[in-house]
Amino acid sequence: MKKTPLYEKHVSLGAKMIEFGGWMMPLQYTGILQEHEAVRQRAGLFDVSHMGEVMIKGRGATEFIQQLITNDISGMCEFQVLYSPMCYPDGGTVDDLLVYKFDAERYLLVVNAANIEKDVEWIESHKPHDVEVEDLSEQYAQLALQGPKSQEVLQRIVDAPLDKIKFFRFVDGVSIAGVSALISRTGYTGEDGFEIYIPADSACKVWNTIVDAGAEFHVMPAGLGARDMLRLEAALPLYGHELSADISPLEAGLDRFVKLDKPDFIGQEALIEQKGSGISRKLVGLEMRDKGIPRQGYEVQVEGRSIGYITSGGFSPTLKKNIALALIDVLYAAQGSQVDVIVRNKALKAEVVKIPFYAKQYKK
Amino acid sequence: MKVINGLKYSKDHEWVKVEGNRAIIGITDYAQDSLGDIVFVDLPEVGRTVKAGDAVAVVESVKAASDVYSPVSGTVVEVNTNLEASPELINQDPYENWILVLEMSDPGELDSLMDAEGYERFCEEEA
Repeated sequence: MKKTPLYEKHVSLGAKMIEFGGWMMPLQYTGILQEHEAVRQRAGLFDVSHMGEVMIKGRGATEFIQQLITNDISGMCEFQVLYSPMCYPDGGTVDDLLVYKFDAERYLLVVNAANIEKDVEWIESHKPHDVEVEDLSEQYAQLALQGPKSQEVLQRIVDAPLDKIKFFRFVDGVSIAGVSALISRTGYTGEDGFEIYIPADSACKVWNTIVDAGAEFHVMPAGLGARDMLRLEAALPLYGHELSADISPLEAGLDRFVKLDKPDFIGQEALIEQKGSGISRKLVGLEMRDKGIPRQGYEVQVEGRSIGYITSGGFSPTLKKNIALALIDVLYAAQGSQVDVIVRNKALKAEVVKIPFYAKQYKK
Repeated sequence: MKVINGLKYSKDHEWVKVEGNRAIIGITDYAQDSLGDIVFVDLPEVGRTVKAGDAVAVVESVKAASDVYSPVSGTVVEVNTNLEASPELINQDPYENWILVLEMSDPGELDSLMDAEGYERFCEEEA
């Protein structure tokens, strides 16, 4: 089991540690509901050092990444960030990732923890001779400071003017507590906030500095439990749930990150075909009408017939409702459609609703 | 971890308070702490008969659903409907906020449960 550089810190804070994607990660510190609220109301600090960082360098870098991913990086500015799925030839998803562009010959891909090895292998296997692929996952620690007070907190310890960093942009070489950091205005909670990349051996120093700066705002360390509900409310996909080798980004409703008309990329043909003939199942949001909590894997039915399953679900503290994302037969995917979720052999009523459940509070 | 003297305890972390032939059942402090924030309690129907070891209710925390196993056999005669609106009461005081009451069909089953001291030891070994 892998540990982040902050493992001891989490244990000393009394965190409940769980296994996630091959890593020992904090599930919660004081409690998921409190940490969730801290992020929505003020700010929460996450250790997300388990995420993978893969550097792509060389003359052919831009063209290579264009082939790997479904989104189009040709219009990207330097110091911009782009979200994209990465597909197999059959349209199934290898991973979803962030692309950080330093310049046309240098990009950082940030990938899901559980997929690091698979992704690196996949990327290496397609790499042309004029591109270098370097897995830097071990060298980077990553912290996410998320919530409406994030900028105010972080600005206390960073000289660079953070209000100049627009949504999905980044700055590099910024000093926090004497440590050189890359800071992007990105996140996975539906709130404004920053993701901070630092050398692994400086993780504790930077963590402590942020915690101290945030004390007066009651910034709390937040764990994966809160993070999962925050991202579910914002309807952000989680690989292994809403995306997988078996689920295409079109089925997951990520059409705007799939540029079918850009030049040749892996999965293009299959995805064009899917788009043309129409997908047979689609990711939707569900709100329970009966009492009961939908959980991953629960079956979704209409008139006793299976039409799909829950990919993620739970109690939403923001909405005070039980919500879920579900991959279901496209015939029942329209808003207002009435379905049953099978909870412990009982058919409980649910309704297809608009997603995201929670309107994202991004600073554009 | 809080344990109350005079109650009986199961290995699945339920407690039983015996009043005549009635068994008042809830989950222990250890159980609520490991579950985390409780957001829903699925109560059984009054009148249902259960055997010892049957799943009789479900307590759902933010992260997962957990069965509550009946430590004894009997018929459900009462459920704590306060938990429908305020499931978090179990986190606040798991011994005050019982889940259900059984009319026991075989009170002899109580003998196989642990007392407070035995349960405390059991939890230490599990931890």
